[in-house]
Amino acid sequence: MSIVELLFYAFSALLIVAAVGVITARNPVHCALFLVWAFFNSACIWLLMEAEFLAIVLMLVYVGAVMVLFLFVVMMLDVNIAALREGFTRYAPLGILVAALVVVEIGSVVWVKSLGGAAPEAAASVAVEGYSNTRALGELLYTKYLYPFELAAVLLLVAIVAAIALTMRHRVGMKAQDIAGQVAVRAKDRIRVVKMPSETEQ
Amino acid sequence: MIPLHSVLMLAGVLFALSVAGIFLNRKNVILLLMCIELMLLAVNFNFVAFARQLGDLHGQVFVFFIMTVAAAESAIGLAILVVLFRERRSIDVEELDTMKG
Amino acid sequence: MIQESILLTIVLAPLFAAILAGLAGRVIGRVGAHSVTIAGVALAFGLSAYVLKQLLADGVPTYDGSVYTCGYMHDDPGYQRFFSYISLFTFSMLMLVMSNNFLQLFFGWEAVGVVSYLLIGFWYTRPTAIFANLKAFLVNRVGDFGFVLGIAAIVYYTNSLDYSTVFGLRDVIAADTMQIFPGVEWQAMTVVCICLFIGAMGKSAQVPLHVWLPDSMEGPTPISALIHAATMVTAGIFMVARMSPLFELSEAALNFVLFIGATTAFFMGLLGIVNNDIKRVIAYSTLSQLGYMTVGLGASAYAGAIFHLMTHAFFKALLFLAAGSVIIGMHHEQDMRKMGGLKKYMPITYWTALIGTVALIAVPGTSGFFSKDILIDAVHASHLAMAPYAYWSVLLGVFVTAFYSFRLVFMTFHGEERFHADEHHKPHESPWVVTLPLILLAIPSLIIGWITVESVLFGGYFGNAITVLPVHDVLGHVKEEFHGPVQFVVHAFTGPAVYLAAAGVLAAWYLYIKRTDLPGQIAARASGLYTLLANKFYFDEIYQAVFARGSRGLGTALWRVGDVALIDGGMVNGSARVVGWVSGLLRQLQSGYLYHYAFAMVIGLSALLAWYVLR
Repeated sequence: MSIVELLFYAFSALLIVAAVGVITARNPVHCALFLVWAFFNSACIWLLMEAEFLAIVLMLVYVGAVMVLFLFVVMMLDVNIAALREGFTRYAPLGILVAALVVVEIGSVVWVKSLGGAAPEAAASVAVEGYSNTRALGELLYTKYLYPFELAAVLLLVAIVAAIALTMRHRVGMKAQDIAGQVAVRAKDRIRVVKMPSETEQ
Repeated sequence: MIPLHSVLMLAGVLFALSVAGIFLNRKNVILLLMCIELMLLAVNFNFVAFARQLGDLHGQVFVFFIMTVAAAESAIGLAILVVLFRERRSIDVEELDTMKG
Repeated sequence: MIQESILLTIVLAPLFAAILAGLAGRVIGRVGAHSVTIAGVALAFGLSAYVLKQLLADGVPTYDGSVYTCGYMHDDPGYQRFFSYISLFTFSMLMLVMSNNFLQLFFGWEAVGVVSYLLIGFWYTRPTAIFANLKAFLVNRVGDFGFVLGIAAIVYYTNSLDYSTVFGLRDVIAADTMQIFPGVEWQAMTVVCICLFIGAMGKSAQVPLHVWLPDSMEGPTPISALIHAATMVTAGIFMVARMSPLFELSEAALNFVLFIGATTAFFMGLLGIVNNDIKRVIAYSTLSQLGYMTVGLGASAYAGAIFHLMTHAFFKALLFLAAGSVIIGMHHEQDMRKMGGLKKYMPITYWTALIGTVALIAVPGTSGFFSKDILIDAVHASHLAMAPYAYWSVLLGVFVTAFYSFRLVFMTFHGEERFHADEHHKPHESPWVVTLPLILLAIPSLIIGWITVESVLFGGYFGNAITVLPVHDVLGHVKEEFHGPVQFVVHAFTGPAVYLAAAGVLAAWYLYIKRTDLPGQIAARASGLYTLLANKFYFDEIYQAVFARGSRGLGTALWRVGDVALIDGGMVNGSARVVGWVSGLLRQLQSGYLYHYAFAMVIGLSALLAWYVLR
């Protein structure tokens, strides 16, 4: 067993522990933190599998942005922790059973059915001199997958707009500028012309 | 190197754990969203493993897009959660049953 | 060959008259109705008499009955309807008699049943009339059921409804056997003939399907005369004679016919002795005489049975019409105990009735004598197993017939006047429209036997229509000893029948003229027997209790269990309830909880995976 494999098994074990922790933690903040740890472990595994760019992106985007958002929301919502733990153990056996079933099925696919013959030989490692995973990925992304890339960008824009639209609310009594109203003003809304005879000294 | 079926088994176990998490979770909508993230992570594992196995970068591109979509989806999910909390003052899953048949 | 247009006219003229009188009755009026009916009937039977010479037995009574009705139903509001029904009946009977295939026969059969129903219940506002007509129809239906089974069997074996084809194939039927109850083999021909005869039992009122005939007296008297004495009830006799090629091949069936006929002949006569309604006595007499005809059929003396049918038509119709005349004269009183001494008030009615009675009891020389005595001789000559029983039944029946017939005459026309009437309501003779038909019927009652006996019975009158096997040829045996009507009359005095009849008359005279106190005492002494006879052997009561109540009970049970519980409750409401219950169950799937839905999805996923993995 090579060092790579050893590291892989180590990180996998930690990953599974983290995942279990996510499900079983009492405090939602703890759940989120366990999830962060899970992401960290999987990033390490991906590094071992020579997907460097993705590993970094996982940390930056997922942990850095998405999990931070999660933590914001968790801390913002004032939840009653004590009430959160009831009802867990009643359905535990059934849930565990179903999960085990899924694992068994996947295992049978992976181990028993060997994909129409022997598994294909692992391709050789591409760790050659001057190979940059980022560069290779970029080349692929901006040529063949340009269109989906742009669509993904639009998707993110839509997500931003949707999130703001959902959570925006107007506070009563707050003074703010109504730009549209200001621009649409007309003269006669501001000035009133009064006709008076001139008063002359006699 | 790293045997393929090990990674696939790992992904499978991760997936099963997140499924169990969704089912066993009765009190917390945030936990639901986190389990979804775990599920997506498991799927990503699959893709990366096969990308490595076949020496093909297309798997990694797909992971890229999955991550994009996952980010967008969790953002909107949390926005909905915030609005829900504003209305209901609670994020208890067992209280969300107005769609009952 | 007879022209087809003539045949069609014969059958359709009465139908046309029926439609005209029935549907346009109010337009053409009473005179129009009876004119068109009588014209139709006269045309039909006149043509048939000219062409076929053998429907006279039906024709004269029908014609006379129609004329008679003009007087009898004079004041009735349903006058036109009545004539329409008579024409319709004539049409149906002609269809029946003139058919050459079973389908037309069956049509005529059912049609006469329907018209009989309509006519018995003619005064439909009377509950007794409605009860009677329904009873007649239902009992007839039982007979028709057997009849249809017989026809079905014939079709099964020969694939044809045509008489000539079926008769040609009769050996095929006779060769086969069938199982009705598992394990018991019956000869096919026996089954067919017995089924056909069951139809005849219903229509010709043989025991046990006789119960409708006495009740059919609820109808107007012309109907009793016409349908239930002369024409419709003889349809069964006619049918069996027509089917003689088939019956000849089954001795078991002939024995059955003999037995039923003999039972009817004797026991129905007994009922005439104790009844007090003048029409009912004549009805039982009809039943008894039908039994005689059936006995003749069973003994293979088909021509004899038809001959007796013909003569019986005359004198029985005469007796019914005379009874009707008496009823009119007595202002619709029918109980004989309230009559008596009418001889001097209604002489024509008296003398014609006497002639009819004399013909009925077969006084030598009358038409009834020729037909009945030849039947008795024929039965005596038969070798069938039931023949001795039949012979003794018909012989003793002669005594019984004479007894009740003259009982009727003595109670009605002789003796002291038992009715109380003042000057204005004294009985009077009926108008000429009533008495003329009586006279017209009395003449043939006396002489027609004398004229036609040789040609009808022994002269091959029926040609190929009647088939008799040599071993059953009883009439042939009688023919050897027949040397002309005069000799037959003389020969009669050597046999027991004449003396039995005379004894019957004497007994009736003794009990009802000489010592009128005796009948009451005898009834009191033999009260058990008297009650049995007075209650008509409890046939009606048994039928009411078993069949009527039974079917009603069955209907109620089926309604309650089958309809209400099973179909309504189980299927209709039940399916609605099942739908509701299932949807109630399924509704619980929609709990509104997200984790339930997610779980369902996961279970579905697992199942899909499992199926894919295990494939």
